[in-house]
Amino acid sequence: MGLFILRRSGVMLLTALCLTFIVFFLTNLYPNLEKLAKTQGNFRMSDEAVASWLDANGYGGSMVSKYGQWLGVLPGWTRETEDGYSGRCMTGTVSAEVAAEASTFCGILQGDWGYSTRFKDEVSTIVAERLGNTGRLMFWVLVLMIPSALIIGVLAGMREGSVTDRSLSTASILTTATPEYVSGVIFIAVFTSSTVGLKWFKGTATSAMDNPNFENFFLPVLTIALYGMGYIARMTRASMTEVMTAQYIRTARLKGVSFHNIVMKHALRNALIAPFTVIMLQFPWLLNGVVIVETLFNYKGFGWILVEAAGNNDIELLLAVSVVSVFVVLITQLISDIGYVYLNPRIRIS
Amino acid sequence: MEPLSAIEIAGRIIYQLSPVWISLVILYAFSIGFKRRLGLYGKLFDSPIGMIGFGLVMFWVFTGVYGAMDMIITHDPLSQLSGMKNKVPGTPLRSPEEGQYEWYLLGGDNLARDVFSRLVKGAWEVIKIAPMAAVFAFMVGITLGLPAGYYGGRLDTALSFAANLILAFPVILLFYLLVTPEIVATGVPNYMAIVLFVFPIIFVGVLLNSRYYTRPKLRNWLLPVVLGTIIWFYLQLVSNGGYLINTPEYAIWGLPRAMDMFDIPGGILVVFVSVVFVNSPTVFRIVRGLTLDIKTRDYVAAAQTRGEGPWYIMLWEILPNARGPLIVDFCLRIGYTTILLGTLGFFGLGLPPESPDWGSTINDGRKLLSIYLHPALPPAFALLTLVLGLNLLADGLREESLKD
Repeated sequence: MGLFILRRSGVMLLTALCLTFIVFFLTNLYPNLEKLAKTQGNFRMSDEAVASWLDANGYGGSMVSKYGQWLGVLPGWTRETEDGYSGRCMTGTVSAEVAAEASTFCGILQGDWGYSTRFKDEVSTIVAERLGNTGRLMFWVLVLMIPSALIIGVLAGMREGSVTDRSLSTASILTTATPEYVSGVIFIAVFTSSTVGLKWFKGTATSAMDNPNFENFFLPVLTIALYGMGYIARMTRASMTEVMTAQYIRTARLKGVSFHNIVMKHALRNALIAPFTVIMLQFPWLLNGVVIVETLFNYKGFGWILVEAAGNNDIELLLAVSVVSVFVVLITQLISDIGYVYLNPRIRIS
Repeated sequence: MEPLSAIEIAGRIIYQLSPVWISLVILYAFSIGFKRRLGLYGKLFDSPIGMIGFGLVMFWVFTGVYGAMDMIITHDPLSQLSGMKNKVPGTPLRSPEEGQYEWYLLGGDNLARDVFSRLVKGAWEVIKIAPMAAVFAFMVGITLGLPAGYYGGRLDTALSFAANLILAFPVILLFYLLVTPEIVATGVPNYMAIVLFVFPIIFVGVLLNSRYYTRPKLRNWLLPVVLGTIIWFYLQLVSNGGYLINTPEYAIWGLPRAMDMFDIPGGILVVFVSVVFVNSPTVFRIVRGLTLDIKTRDYVAAAQTRGEGPWYIMLWEILPNARGPLIVDFCLRIGYTTILLGTLGFFGLGLPPESPDWGSTINDGRKLLSIYLHPALPPAFALLTLVLGLNLLADGLREESLKD
């Protein structure tokens, strides 16, 4: 088991390195840098001005050396100008004494995530703050999604082919066919607009960042939860129907155990192993849902900074965002593998 | 002129869609009549779920195709008529000209364009991209997944790592990185297109060669003719205005303009390429898993014993026997591609801003959603019904193929 986790962590690290390099490569292509220079400087810069701006701010040089600097395995760039020294590890232009004291390496290995050109702030503070917002959103999504998906799946799978099964399965197909931007728009239209007149909820979740309550937070949570719910429910149903046809259930039934007890005591435990993996693997999709819903409901969380960073080619913020999301995806995969072994004795023993 | 009532609007929309109804009735009459001779497709008409799903899908296919031929639409989807901004469904035109349709059936959007016509044109945007993208994703996934599962070892490890790498990317981040005008200017999508579109050529080439190499006479004219045609299409697809790649710094020459029958605009190409790119790793994993399962069967061992080549076994023994799950996944994949296209439109990526595709229309409409519902809701329901139809169709197909 220890070796397995070690090997998986190695692959995970390699994946993260490859992915961040791809992001780094794409954001550092010249047209993107030119756009960055023009948004940071001014839009009427000449080609020479763009080149000198990039050079002065450390965007010159080869791709590999810049990536090494970002990682913290190569020394950060320094530059001597008339006013003093500037460099990757210094803020602004400083005197020679300060420059001599500044550290040579400053990349993510040293815990320095860089500086966001879009928000004019340290990347680590921005990401930490926004992740908190998204964490709250995700918590309520999971609280709503997992129990209801499991209940729907178990109810549908209990008696295969019954009316309950048919209607719940159709409902699950319907939710998997409704992407967040469709269900969100429909919810906003029905529950918040003055035209329909229900006005049960608020159409934006901006106020939920400081003061989340049922009125402003339920719709975004429901919108994300609904898309994943159908899929998990269908997997639970498949697993439940399989368990219900197993031999030991038939034995229990033949010896006269009540249907209620069969479902609750015999079937449920075995039927819930497979959905666990599915729930864990659902996380990457939830991340997409978060980006869409945060844009739609104007909730400033992790998805919102992804859109802002990508739209403004904010290289270091974008890299931090991709590191976080890649680790979320890979760690949930790892948990699902380990958890599956742990939950399923047949695998553990063999 | 009086505004139309709800019943009149519904009646006029149904009338406007009459070519679609006629086509659907003919299609269903023929299919149900001959369902015993049509294999899996015919069996679909035994399951009510499958029939409903197929009906929804074909409704949008016919709407899209007839819409592209300008049959159903009432107005030009891009023209703005004065006084029609944000008007509710059924509003008559202020000053209709001779021969102009006199109402906006589903109202006007915030640029005074006809919502109904844009909806119909939007169907065509989806119908022309989504199935093709799914086909290409399948070609890539099958061509790489079969050898990965069949040979295993290093090849499998390397390919699976690459597939997992792409799958670990959040889709929206990938879209934001790939589908921007700046990236289009660097030529990255063109390189990706050149690589991804090679796979169908390899697939068809190997498919035919592995089957007919024992009959050189047939093979020697069949292969050049088929491959020549596909390569010609490939070159037309990847070369634009005489260049394969055309960036300010350098350019690579492609097919001469005289032989290039069609050009794909950069925006559409990058959307297409990135959708294929996102979908193919999933297909790869499915095909690889199926191959791992099927290669232990007796008929594969029999083929190996009689000395068939590995590619013959993969493409003519394993692939046909994996068709059930693959057909089902193909339907789901078209639905997922539709959702992805909508996501791109929703974030305003790739497609031109005035494009009538559903995602962009939803994005335009949502900004005024608290006051005007009619511009955003029709495309939302359209996308919902199309994807629902594809999911129901996949469900029906799965049920029927399990009955064998």
